[in-house]
Amino acid sequence: MKTVLHLLWLIAAALLLSACAGSLQREGGSAVQLRGTGDLGLVIERASGHVTLVNTSTREAYARVGGLGDLSHASVVYSRDARYAYVFGRDGGLSKIDLLEARIVKRVIQSGNAIGGSISQDGRIVVAQNYTPGGIKAFDAETLELLAEVPAEYAPGKFSKVVGLADVPGNRFAYALFDGGEIWVSDFSDPKKPLTQRFPAGQQPYDGLVTPNGRHYLAGLFGEDGIAMLDLWQPELGARKILEKYGKGEEKLPVFKMPHLRGWSMAAGRAWLPAIGRHDVLMADADTWRERGRVAVKGQPVFVMASPDGRQIWVNFAFPDNGWVQVIDTLSGKVVQTLQPGKAVLHMEFTPRGEAVWISARDDNRVLIYDTRTFRQLGSLTAEAPSGIFFTSRAARIGF
Amino acid sequence: MSTRPALRRLLAAFCLGGLAGISLAQPSPARQQELIHLVRQDCGSCHGMTLQGGLGPALLPSTLADKPAESLVATIVYGRPGTAMPPWQRFLAEDEAQWIVGRLLEGFPK
Repeated sequence: MKTVLHLLWLIAAALLLSACAGSLQREGGSAVQLRGTGDLGLVIERASGHVTLVNTSTREAYARVGGLGDLSHASVVYSRDARYAYVFGRDGGLSKIDLLEARIVKRVIQSGNAIGGSISQDGRIVVAQNYTPGGIKAFDAETLELLAEVPAEYAPGKFSKVVGLADVPGNRFAYALFDGGEIWVSDFSDPKKPLTQRFPAGQQPYDGLVTPNGRHYLAGLFGEDGIAMLDLWQPELGARKILEKYGKGEEKLPVFKMPHLRGWSMAAGRAWLPAIGRHDVLMADADTWRERGRVAVKGQPVFVMASPDGRQIWVNFAFPDNGWVQVIDTLSGKVVQTLQPGKAVLHMEFTPRGEAVWISARDDNRVLIYDTRTFRQLGSLTAEAPSGIFFTSRAARIGF
Repeated sequence: MSTRPALRRLLAAFCLGGLAGISLAQPSPARQQELIHLVRQDCGSCHGMTLQGGLGPALLPSTLADKPAESLVATIVYGRPGTAMPPWQRFLAEDEAQWIVGRLLEGFPK
């Protein structure tokens, strides 16, 4: 009897041990290394449905994940623990990737044609913005189960493409309707029953951003010169136009690529914004929202991104000037550096505290890493037609 | 069934050939590659890399079938005022735009 009990104890202990060991084993048998994710990120490889996972401390790629569908114009948001990346593909695919295990943990096709997404303040809701069918859809961040949708029906039977989706405090999301000319704010306090407020904005909003404090939502207008601004602390005042007629009397140039308004473009008490159809970066006073001037640049700006400390603004350009990158010093308001990182520069991303910036050069199949103080190249890595670069530091930002 | 793409190609060639008697000069193979890249990547920033549409409409054979080739060529060359479609004449000759339209109508090469 005693020996049987002893044997049972041994078996139980062995089982317990193997269970513990199991939790540290991956399917392939390799042990998962315990580590944080604060210095990780990923690069979209737009043409092949892959992402390359990267480490910004070692400046190296550490894994590659495929099977993500059409990733042209793909964008990424991160879970609040910065372990999972939600990749929004052009074909409506929404994939949840585990950065530590370097694998897809969940993938759904949520629409026919999508343009990006955002994650809620509490980290529980992931929202995708769609062109077809026009509207937004909310998913459980854990399971990717559909929670609710808000069709962008701006007039009876008329649906708009949705652009510029941004999370704002209060588990709300702000976005703009390209065809409908409105800004909508949907409150997901009850995730299955969102409440939506509508605000007339102007002609053809093409993208939007929320200021880093989550207060002001700005929608750039394509159909007219100006930007629609909604004060989310006082939504009852409605959206008003700022930087109206910034190109008065000047002929607008043809636009070969729509600018993007993402990124921290608040720096030195000013908002820095791409002028559409012009070779200018616009500066607006962050208190009065009046124009404070313009900086002439090399082409039509696409991304106008402030470094984390707000000292520099890095700008890339639309075709055919997409081989250039310029840097504006926010103190002097002058271009201080002009770089040629490679062919078809599509995106730039700063490391969390901004000592380096990573730049994708699509047609060179390379990602270049630059020192933001010396402008020297620190390294590079190979990626197939790289586009968006997304680091986990986005997990903690409002508006992403 | 297999004759249909060929027929469509013939039809497209016929329509294009009818364009004000403009010659049907084919771009060189190297230039064709550049044009394919331009359409997929740069037109693709609005129309989607797979040309299934984005901010701009889809450019698939099924969506273009009922549109006259001539007006499609004009749209590429001169743009469409009042919309986001810019003129591409700085970067393309008219016969190159015709070649692009011909390829779009039959299903654009990868």
